Amino acid sequence: MDMNQYLSMFIDESNDHLQSLNEKMLELEASPEDIGIVQVIFRSAHTLKGMAATMGFEDLAALTHQMENVLDLVRNDKLKMQNFIFDTLFKSLDALEAMVEDITQGGEGKEDVTAIVASLQSIVRGEVPSGDGAASAAKDSASQAAASETPTSKEQVQLDEFQYSILQQSLAAGHRVLYIEVSIREDCQLKAARAYMVFDLLERSGEVVKSHPTVQEIEQEKFDRSFSLYFITEKDPEELRSMILNLSEIEDAKMASIDSDTLSQLAQKLELEEASAALETAPSEAAPVEVDKALVAEKDKPVATKKVVAAPSRTIRVDIERLDVLMNLFSELLIDRVRLEQLATEIKSQELTESVEHMGRVSSDLQNIVMKLRMVAIDTVFNRFPRMVRDLAKSLGKKLDLVITGAETELDRTVIDEIGDPLVHLLRNSVDHGIESIAERIAAGKPETGTVHLRAFHSGNHVFIEIQDDGKGIDRNKILASAIKKGVVTEDESRTMTDEQVYQLLFAAGFSTAEVISDISGRGVGLDVVKSKIASLGGHVAVTSTLGEGTLFSVQLPLTLSIISAMMIRLGSEKYAIPLSSIVETGIIRKEQVRNVHGSKLIPYREAHIPLMSLSRFFDATDYNEDDEEETEIVVIRKGDRLAALAIDSFIGQNEIVIKNLGKYLPQVQGISGATILGDGQVALILDPNALIK
Amino acid sequence: MAEQIKVIVFALGNEEYGIDVDKVRTIERMMPITRVPKTYSFIKGVINLRGVVIPVIDLRGRFNLVESEYTDQTRIIIVAVGDMEVGFIVDAANDVVDLDRDNIDSPPEVVGGVKAKYLDGVAKVGEDRLLIMLNLAEVLNRGEVAHLEQLED
Repeated sequence: MDMNQYLSMFIDESNDHLQSLNEKMLELEASPEDIGIVQVIFRSAHTLKGMAATMGFEDLAALTHQMENVLDLVRNDKLKMQNFIFDTLFKSLDALEAMVEDITQGGEGKEDVTAIVASLQSIVRGEVPSGDGAASAAKDSASQAAASETPTSKEQVQLDEFQYSILQQSLAAGHRVLYIEVSIREDCQLKAARAYMVFDLLERSGEVVKSHPTVQEIEQEKFDRSFSLYFITEKDPEELRSMILNLSEIEDAKMASIDSDTLSQLAQKLELEEASAALETAPSEAAPVEVDKALVAEKDKPVATKKVVAAPSRTIRVDIERLDVLMNLFSELLIDRVRLEQLATEIKSQELTESVEHMGRVSSDLQNIVMKLRMVAIDTVFNRFPRMVRDLAKSLGKKLDLVITGAETELDRTVIDEIGDPLVHLLRNSVDHGIESIAERIAAGKPETGTVHLRAFHSGNHVFIEIQDDGKGIDRNKILASAIKKGVVTEDESRTMTDEQVYQLLFAAGFSTAEVISDISGRGVGLDVVKSKIASLGGHVAVTSTLGEGTLFSVQLPLTLSIISAMMIRLGSEKYAIPLSSIVETGIIRKEQVRNVHGSKLIPYREAHIPLMSLSRFFDATDYNEDDEEETEIVVIRKGDRLAALAIDSFIGQNEIVIKNLGKYLPQVQGISGATILGDGQVALILDPNALIK
Repeated sequence: MAEQIKVIVFALGNEEYGIDVDKVRTIERMMPITRVPKTYSFIKGVINLRGVVIPVIDLRGRFNLVESEYTDQTRIIIVAVGDMEVGFIVDAANDVVDLDRDNIDSPPEVVGGVKAKYLDGVAKVGEDRLLIMLNLAEVLNRGEVAHLEQLED
């Protein structure tokens, strides 16, 4: 069978499962006693195994199978989770990710996993190489006693109040209450059918009060090899057992009689769980983040993260290329619209103007929708960070919480694709250089667990991503000393620099402040790459810091890269577009206001003087020169906190423009970031203000 | 019988040149060109070809021939090599001919002022027509352009 058509689906789903495995493992690490999470992990691993086996990726299936074995023991209370097991499972997840990545790249998904498989197997055998391992491997006698009484953990089947009272009444009436766990043979093809036969048989000799999974789920084959149920009958358990085993493809049926004592134990447990459930839900609705924090603080684990889970909405998967085509088609429509608007004003026909206006409204709605289609929640980038930070904190021997807020914030896909690596760098930087070691934190009178906040939010036409730590902050003098030593700035310059300017030195090429260079960050090649990457996305990074209290990196990004608002200007016969986001102000200056200082021109602006640049000279314009004019229109542009004025011929107006690239043949043109097509079909170039201000 | 190819014929000065029809996307009349500053002089700028921005090169300039005024006959031939799309401004383009690959001979050192490295060969069409086949990959080679600029300086 040709599997290629399923491959992309397999990759997508595998990634989803791996992601949820990672998340759940982190949750489990925060609360290792929660068997419910183990169940979820187990199911994810099981599905992954099934898919991998179907697709013929044997290594992948084999490894998930071993993980499943370990998890199976855990969920059946036969094994307690502990650090060694977590580490091994996390390693397995890494290996799985590597395999899926390999498959994505067109490989076979082969990987040498014998070491991991061996350690998983040794865990299954109960050989756990740690101090408290022996105790848990041997299992405490109490739980063993419980296990002999009822075949498996009761957590699997939770009774509600009603079912509980039925069972109690049945016991009082002298009936038997049995807890039955039926497992079906692994090679069974029609599990649901077999399960049905078991139910059919049981219903003839008694009443099934409650089953796990539910009857509906069993009918839809949504269960592993086994299911369990509470059963009221008058028959002898052994007789029932042999009846069930007589059905074909049934591997085993475990029975346990339940007397009124065990039942009341169950009932107590039920009440407890309800109470704690009520406790958890009530405040978490009001202020989920704070509760999470509180929980995390209680647990005092090395790293624990939770985030607000958005309600799932119905979705379909769409090929990214189709969205790009849609975007292109739409941008052509936008050009035609502008053209029509021009024609309508020229022709001065009332009806034409009206319908063009209507079309304009529809197309701006359409534009919103098309842009939204390309929006992806930044969650897809953030979701790998908890795991990364956990590993990082462990390897550095630090304790820290990563608190993520605003993971649902949406950004254009093109930005999402690019922003991951810079954020990884900034986070690593915060964990490595920002957060102090445990000893230092205690000495500074801070809680030993550090906190790193990762926030995303919208503001105007921009998205902000902030990374804030409560670490030691940036030492201005240390940076300056290092910068002077490396010749990045001179001593004279350093005295007049503002704090913000000093912090920006961190982003200078070849700069590293860490005294001890670690392999995590601090090779001095990180932050300058971060800065240029973010700049290439049309954004910038700001740093604020308080010594001893922490540092905040704030990344500002445009919402989208494909359609921007721009000011159209004229330079003689040529038209150019200047992105509105970098324009501070427009104005007119008279010739006598321009001063010549050392060969460069300055104009007064607010309280200061800013350089006046001749756009016509910069671009060698042939038919315009502002020197011929008494008054010149200017555009004040900004790059970071530096300003400059551009002398231009005249303003045309503000427009929404679609950004196009200049074609592959042209080399990077200085001062030009791209092109756009105007309403009259002509091409106008888009200025790159960042390149104009040096 | 050797392999037959179709060739678009265009004129540059007194010579006739050919480009394999598979490489040609369309042939356009002259249209408004937006100048791109700070680039090579033979890159005349960019055009809007049905929503796509495409750079155009004056082939005369590219081959260091004297550039001439554009006329009614001037055409822009849009060629695609790999994922690169470029327009060539030529004096005229008005013929398509079938060629036998066997009839293409290796080019002499210089033909009509164009260096041999830009050429794939010279083909004989009929009795007295010579067609110079362009080597597009070489013509669009940017590294070579940079070198050429240095020589001019």
